[in-house]
Amino acid sequence: RMKLNLTKVVNGCRLGKIQNLGKTGDHTMDIPGCLLYTKTGSAPHLTHDTLNKIHGVPAMAQLTLSSLAEHHEVLAEYKKGVGNFIGMPEMLIYCSLHDPVSPCPAGYVTNKVLQKSTIIGVIEGGDVMEERLRSARETAKRPVGGFLLDGFQGNPATLETRLQLLSSVTAELPEDKPRLICGVSRPEEVLECIERGVDIFESFFPYLVTERGCALTFNFDYQPNPEETLLQQNGIQEEIQYEDQIKKINTTDCNQKMTSFEINLKEKKYREDFSPLVGECSCYCCKNYTRAYVHHLLVTNELLAGVLLMMHNFEHYFGFFYSIREALKSDRLAQLKELIRRQAS
Amino acid sequence: MATGLASPASLESAPRIMRLVAECTLSRARAGELRLSHGPVATPVFMPVGTQATMKGITTEQLDALGCRICLGNTYHLGLRPGPELIQKAHGLHGFMNWPHNLLTDSGGFQMVSLVALSEVTEEGVRFRSPYDGEETLLSPERSVEIQNALGSDIIMQLDDVVSSTVTGPRVEEAMHRSVRWLDRCIAAHRRPDTQNLFAIIQGGLDASLRATCLEEMTKRDVPGFAIGGLSGGESKAQFWKMVALSTSRLPKDKPRYLMGVGYATDLVVCVALGCDMFDCVYPTRTARFGSALVPTGQLQLKKKLYEKDFGPIDPECSCPTCKTHTRAFLHALLHSDNTAALHHLTVHNVAYQLQLMSAIRASIVERRFPDFVRSFMSTMYGDQSLYPSWATEALASVGITLS
Repeated sequence: RMKLNLTKVVNGCRLGKIQNLGKTGDHTMDIPGCLLYTKTGSAPHLTHDTLNKIHGVPAMAQLTLSSLAEHHEVLAEYKKGVGNFIGMPEMLIYCSLHDPVSPCPAGYVTNKVLQKSTIIGVIEGGDVMEERLRSARETAKRPVGGFLLDGFQGNPATLETRLQLLSSVTAELPEDKPRLICGVSRPEEVLECIERGVDIFESFFPYLVTERGCALTFNFDYQPNPEETLLQQNGIQEEIQYEDQIKKINTTDCNQKMTSFEINLKEKKYREDFSPLVGECSCYCCKNYTRAYVHHLLVTNELLAGVLLMMHNFEHYFGFFYSIREALKSDRLAQLKELIRRQAS
Repeated sequence: MATGLASPASLESAPRIMRLVAECTLSRARAGELRLSHGPVATPVFMPVGTQATMKGITTEQLDALGCRICLGNTYHLGLRPGPELIQKAHGLHGFMNWPHNLLTDSGGFQMVSLVALSEVTEEGVRFRSPYDGEETLLSPERSVEIQNALGSDIIMQLDDVVSSTVTGPRVEEAMHRSVRWLDRCIAAHRRPDTQNLFAIIQGGLDASLRATCLEEMTKRDVPGFAIGGLSGGESKAQFWKMVALSTSRLPKDKPRYLMGVGYATDLVVCVALGCDMFDCVYPTRTARFGSALVPTGQLQLKKKLYEKDFGPIDPECSCPTCKTHTRAFLHALLHSDNTAALHHLTVHNVAYQLQLMSAIRASIVERRFPDFVRSFMSTMYGDQSLYPSWATEALASVGITLS
């Protein structure tokens, strides 16, 4: 049976591992952590080879119920399970009700009972405190393996107002079971939720960044050295000012939803930039290609743009989660949070 | 080395980039090795086409892992975007696209045909109107070589005056003679003959005497290799093979023969028999993006419902990553989603198929069983002999390989 072992709890943030996962019971997942976002059972744009080049790929992939449902006849005849079908036999698989990128409106959703799988209980209740508490308490009474906090997604402003609700909900949940949240994937929101007792997130944010031709560049390397921090602060300030200027000039469609955690490689200024996407990044894209090359691929509408950007963006994002765990280990989450907060627009 | 039909000796000063390893005693098939700046290349070779400095959704590492040692880029496209100056700053096309092995760049000549509505040919060169910004550019022999010098590809192609193979009349002759003059201008303009090998391109359409004239003239020029151009358009296969056979009979044995635009499996096998060493074609990579997987019996349209529950790999004999990891059923499902990974899986497989085919052809030549290989190939591909394309049967017979 899967078991959550908490190593540490700091100001409501939980650090730990979920153990005994999988059919053989020997898989482990670190929390806080995220799931690998997939579309029809495959990481977007990525084949086996290119996915395997990414460092830090989570132990668990997210599959949507609609993909399973769409192919359930085939899967039934296949008999070897969806993990084998999608070519990820070693991956743990989490089936979510919805695709966070194209969700359906809230309503009733029936789910099949999968005998050898752990069921995650879903906490609902809208924005009504009483209903939220009722949902949390009742669900917690059931023999579920963990909890999904639903209905907290929306635009960034929505989450702000719901954060208090979130704290109250997680307070009602047992400590020894993981808490997942759907629809929340942006770096600053992830940290807010971790502070309120959430353990597992979806990784669709790097996918959205990829689809708009952007690369994640935000810094998650909190520095214990105050001098370096100061230098970095100044650096970030300049970059934020520059970015603001660009945003005012470019009010075209693809920039509207762009965050300040990323750069838009379609911009002309990258045409002759032969540096990697992110200087210290050790992903396959940054080790082998340049901003100029990715810019060229985007301008010429070449498929490889999506592949390279997805590789970089996933690795960057998984690196962010690694840094969260490291920060929790060394009691430096406040520094990381400040660093991220400064970069959020 | 058997001498066969009279082949003219070429001029002594051109570099010999090809070493012959084996020759079929019956047909004109040869196995060899090209010595290029970025490493050796075994021939016969199929070169995948990566037009705009990318192999369509697969990384250079994946391409290398499939055993590819030479692929194509296109001067016309790269000359416009991102332009030779930028590529030069990026350490050449090799540096820009991070490809450690060899590159061959086409001169832009083919675009004269494919983009004929946007182009105008004069003795000076080809004037193109850019589809992107309407701007006019002149691609002259000098400019084409200049761009290719900046790109730094290992094999560069002359700018030729290309007409569609379905065109007849005086334009064909004009284009042939002009191609010879443009070859001389390319040779004169070429600044890096020590690291980049300039190939001539034989033209002449489907007219045997024009082809023969072109062959006679161009083989007098001092180049490391020859391409057979102007074919693989809309012409009939019967005319096609005869022009290929004529060309190989008059090209020097000790220099590579590059047949441009050929990539269907049967065409590759037949044209190797006719004496060609190098091939390129967009077909395998393009058809992959339409959901079509190449197999020894033809192709599988994986989007079709009949593959929905087919739990075998595309080809059980194929050793590519796609076939080792995935089933036809999964690829079918993925092809019906909007995840581009589906296309990449098929691109990997189709490139692997082409390269594995060439390896198998080469091994059979080296092991002196090429005619048997051809017979086995045709039988697998077409089944009953009555279904063998007659042009292929005739072409093979002309070089001593009988299929019955």
